[in-house]
Amino acid sequence: MSGEFFVQQLVNGLTLGSLYGLIALGYSIVYGLLRLLNFAHGEVYMVGAFIGYGTLMALGGPSAPSVAAPVLIALMFLAAMIGAGVLGVCIERVAYRPLRDAPRVTTLVSALGAAFFLQSAVLLLVGARFRNYATYEYVDLDRGIHVGPLDVSIIRLFVIAATLALLLAFALFVSRTATGKAMRAIAYDREAATMMGIDVDRVVLIAFFLGSALAGAAGVMSGLVYYATYHAMGFSAGLKAFTACVVGGIGSLPGAVLGGIVIGLAEAFSAAYLSSTFQDLIVFSILVVVLIVRPTGLLRRPPSERV
Amino acid sequence: MGEREGLRARSGVTGSGAAHSATGPLTALVLATGLPLMTSSEFVLRVGVNIIVFALLAVGLNVVVGYAGLLDLGYVAFFGISAYAYALLASDQLGVHLPTLAVVPIAIAATCLIGLLVALPSRRLVGDYLAILTLFFGQIFLTLTTTADRITFPGTRGTTELTGGPNGIVGLDDMQLLGFRASSTMAYYYVGLGALAFVLVCVHSFSLSPTGRGLRTLREDALAAELMGVPVHRLRFVAFAIGAAIAGLAGTLFAAVEGAVFPQDFGLPVLITIYVIVMLGGAGSLTGVVVGATLLTVVLETLREPSHARALFYATIVIAVLAYVRPLKLAAAVLGGSTTALIATDALALAFGAEGSSDAWPALPHTETVGNLAFLLAVGVGVLMTVVGTRARVLLVAPLLYLLVLTWENRLVEEPSITRFLLLGALLVLLMTARPEGLLGKREVEIPH
Repeated sequence: MSGEFFVQQLVNGLTLGSLYGLIALGYSIVYGLLRLLNFAHGEVYMVGAFIGYGTLMALGGPSAPSVAAPVLIALMFLAAMIGAGVLGVCIERVAYRPLRDAPRVTTLVSALGAAFFLQSAVLLLVGARFRNYATYEYVDLDRGIHVGPLDVSIIRLFVIAATLALLLAFALFVSRTATGKAMRAIAYDREAATMMGIDVDRVVLIAFFLGSALAGAAGVMSGLVYYATYHAMGFSAGLKAFTACVVGGIGSLPGAVLGGIVIGLAEAFSAAYLSSTFQDLIVFSILVVVLIVRPTGLLRRPPSERV
Repeated sequence: MGEREGLRARSGVTGSGAAHSATGPLTALVLATGLPLMTSSEFVLRVGVNIIVFALLAVGLNVVVGYAGLLDLGYVAFFGISAYAYALLASDQLGVHLPTLAVVPIAIAATCLIGLLVALPSRRLVGDYLAILTLFFGQIFLTLTTTADRITFPGTRGTTELTGGPNGIVGLDDMQLLGFRASSTMAYYYVGLGALAFVLVCVHSFSLSPTGRGLRTLREDALAAELMGVPVHRLRFVAFAIGAAIAGLAGTLFAAVEGAVFPQDFGLPVLITIYVIVMLGGAGSLTGVVVGATLLTVVLETLREPSHARALFYATIVIAVLAYVRPLKLAAAVLGGSTTALIATDALALAFGAEGSSDAWPALPHTETVGNLAFLLAVGVGVLMTVVGTRARVLLVAPLLYLLVLTWENRLVEEPSITRFLLLGALLVLLMTARPEGLLGKREVEIPH
């Protein structure tokens, strides 16, 4: 019995960890390129969740969708990823580009302002009411893996699979394409990359677009699995994803994903075995311990892999 | 002593610049003592007390961010810890009623200690790690104050009401000093002024001391400072502790004057407000911080009352256009053009049978949808303005104003609290990108020749 409970929590933790990993990836790319903590990234994730919800409502709502469920979900992902990507690019243009060579504190304060503005803007547009993805209306949640008391619904399986697919695609992009190579070059040494003729602004924009699109996808996944979508969801998720970055090794891409999974598992297990009020405290303790014991994060980052 | 003087002469950080002077703010404080003589309005005095609390907080944050260049995002939690410490030690919550002279130092010391403990893991307080740790700490503080309302202490039976959860702690004792009891807002106003004057004098003389000078070099170039023999690591902790201590003082004052503490008094919006004040005034400038606190608090209070808010909104638009659009002829054209456009659209819409009301401004139907759409478009135009060239930017000003008016009249004027949040967020980004040195700050420390 307790073994199955354990496995159940493992699955919950992996689902949550996938989300954190996807968000953390966006932080990590931007940090690698510009040494900038993009505080607004958590809010991009939240906006992605709302774009997904908007697409759902535009296509007839959860109870009577006008297209088949797989098409519906695909469209939600597509809209959220494009919308979030464009938003990320806009944030970069307005809040970060003018400050590319400014002192770090200036940029971070600007990032904080952008995050707060986004959260308030969504509060203005949709209000403080929770929106429900109501996934159970159009997806048969009874399907999936059911062994004894262990329940892994098809949507959780899908989330984990989709995360893996996105990560794989992203890893291939960074390692195989010319733009990916340029990203690695900028992360390694921005000045030298500029002298080699790499268009830094363009590469940074692409990085912001891709990172934000991943956050947008995470937003839709969160809606599909946890249903509730609200304006303040980005702040705490962003905080956890940051922590994931630091735990995995800030600036390292595999580290971000690993950190996300560690944080997701820690949260799921502390909520299950201790109390949900202390899950934040547990994650915070992990952050403190990692900073004291291994400030470079779990994965030591060789400079060439830092993007 | 002679060596110190030598260091002062050679270190190159001046203390006499207007930005670092304390005479300006002190004169303002002396003038401010006259406020209760001019008005007996409870509301005005409350705003006065708010200004003082925010000024105190901003002076403290200024030492951390403005002098030392450390990004402390848990600052508002330190404010909260001290307020809760006051609440626990001077109310019926735990049945403890310590005298003010004991509570205030205890609260400040506790805040300082917790602040240092939080900062400790971020090795050498490197910017990014410190930002993450402190931001997370602020979140933890909110979670704990909201959820730790019933705690079972080890070894005891039953539960203790600790933080009161979302209902907070109410019925706090008034501050008492030498038999004098601060029971009115006016009394707190004077207590606050005294505290602010004390802190200003302390911070000012500290910033002129060799330690303070060393600290101020950190913001400019920590590496160079370290090479010059400034104990960078230790000074960062000193700055962080001073900031936490001042937040602690502000927390006790806030708790006592409110007579109650709630978790939401110490959330993200308050943090952002303090940051806007510091950045508005100019990081590193004492005068600027006091001016910023006064300006922002008055603006935020004005936004509560729709008719005042409206006047403020249109005044700001006109002033902003006159200040940024040159030459004046063009500014006048922009203002005239957008007004005409608004009236013309109104007239057209009404002529085509839109259901508006002729006595409203603008006469277009007042709906949420129109307001939301206008808001999205206004943000879009704003983003577009950062991309295009100067000439096209001027052309975009009129449509932007038009959309802003539509947003304002349809949505913002009805949602004063969200309007405040939007204003604060936008102000931070605008200030940082357009004028990071603030209104009265200096971009760099002066180097005399």
